[in-house]
Amino acid sequence: MNVPHEAVLIFAGLGVALLVASVVGYVLHRRAAGAAVDNLNARIRAWWVMIAISGGVLVAGNGAIVALFGLLSFLALREFVTQTPVRRADHTALFVSFFLALPVQYVLIGVEWYGLFAIFIPVYAFLTIPILSAVFADAQKFLQRTAETQWGLMSCVYGLSHVPALLTLHIPGYQGRGALLVVFLMLVVQASDVLQYIWGKLLGRHKIAPRVSPSKTVEGFVGGVLSATLLGAALWQITPFSPVGAGAMALLITLVGFLGGLVMSAIKRDRGIKDWGQLLEGHGGMLDRLDSVCFSAPIFFHVTRYYFAV
Amino acid sequence: MIAWILSFGLRLLTGAHGRWSGCAPEPVQRIYCVNHTSHLDFLLLWTALPGALRRTTRPVAAADYWNAGPVRRYLIHHVFRGVLVDRMGKLAQPLEPVFTALAQGESLIFFPEGTRGPGEGLLPLKSGIFHVARECPGVDLVPVWIDNSYRVMPKGVFFPIPLLCSMTFGAPLRLLGGEERDSFLLRLRIAMLELQPPQ
Repeated sequence: MNVPHEAVLIFAGLGVALLVASVVGYVLHRRAAGAAVDNLNARIRAWWVMIAISGGVLVAGNGAIVALFGLLSFLALREFVTQTPVRRADHTALFVSFFLALPVQYVLIGVEWYGLFAIFIPVYAFLTIPILSAVFADAQKFLQRTAETQWGLMSCVYGLSHVPALLTLHIPGYQGRGALLVVFLMLVVQASDVLQYIWGKLLGRHKIAPRVSPSKTVEGFVGGVLSATLLGAALWQITPFSPVGAGAMALLITLVGFLGGLVMSAIKRDRGIKDWGQLLEGHGGMLDRLDSVCFSAPIFFHVTRYYFAV
Repeated sequence: MIAWILSFGLRLLTGAHGRWSGCAPEPVQRIYCVNHTSHLDFLLLWTALPGALRRTTRPVAAADYWNAGPVRRYLIHHVFRGVLVDRMGKLAQPLEPVFTALAQGESLIFFPEGTRGPGEGLLPLKSGIFHVARECPGVDLVPVWIDNSYRVMPKGVFFPIPLLCSMTFGAPLRLLGGEERDSFLLRLRIAMLELQPPQ
């Protein structure tokens, strides 16, 4: 129960923003009901739930943040693996990924063992997975199957785990405020997604990647990235960065996040699906909401660590 | 109690997402006719039902398999409240326990293939479901397709992996007056296969 007062202000602000969004959604529903408005309102309802859970976890403390992202990794990996053509011989490798690699990664973060959590998945898990699949003697599409399992771990577990890993950084003059860095990252990434959606809906004309992600537009991308960068700069007081530094970090986060979203969209296209799942009403699956975080979290973590942590 | 814990674990593993495309989850007596590919199937289906319906829905299971050991026997009798049928053909009327349960107003989970299939598609349906439909013409048969459960726990492995599974509930059907066994089984088979999600 040691929540920085900035976090309280931010969540109050989010509550107001959501209240405005809910009113706008209600008015739109009265004026021009339709599938797009229904989807918008479903998204807003899901945001209420996500914000409430985030707030609760923040109050509960750092251990709860690590546990929450462990659960999110589990849900994301479950969606990812569902869309890969798993064979009988991969059963053990997947079991190990879910019930050994995933919890161990988060425990290592919980005990702040940087030397091991930075390499645990790329070294130990990546070597173990093909070994397990080979032991079960099924050579068909071997490299493809191995790469699919490894990529699932890389994005859903390794990438995502770098959000709570921010809590392990020791930044001079920023002790005990690591949770605010988590709030900063998640807020900028998610705001960028939402702002790209809003700018795209309002002004979107030119498709930016028609063959990979047909709903993304140039106008949405530029408007979203710029406004999320401004938001990031405005939040500089909750970070260890200067206003310009916070804006630059936000720009980095949104650009990498956008490209990450593009990569995960390419996988969805290849699988012939629109969403990863239907866990979050209106948004699709957990991975649809977290695809950009999987990419921006490790980059943000390492840039912050390199320049600011001791 | 144990069933509810298992059911919660299964939801964590598979999501156990129910799609009611042909009917709503209403408290009326039904026989759910389900494709069978995994040991998890009846627990999955049970998990997708709302709480009120779970209490009145029992799985129809093979006596030879479930009576084979003390753990299985405890689970099927005291946890799942299974209706056990004899597949070995020793009894004159093996479906008698099914008729009794239906007469008591219970809903049933029934695997018309009679055993677990390989995963994709359906095995030929056994005639058991036809006899049940003829004996109890007033009960709706709801075709159900469980997708993916054979990947969660394929034949021959002892631990499940987490994968999303969905269950699609189709429109209820009944035995028509004068309908022959083969045409009824074909109709049910098509109704079940049509619920497969597009690949």
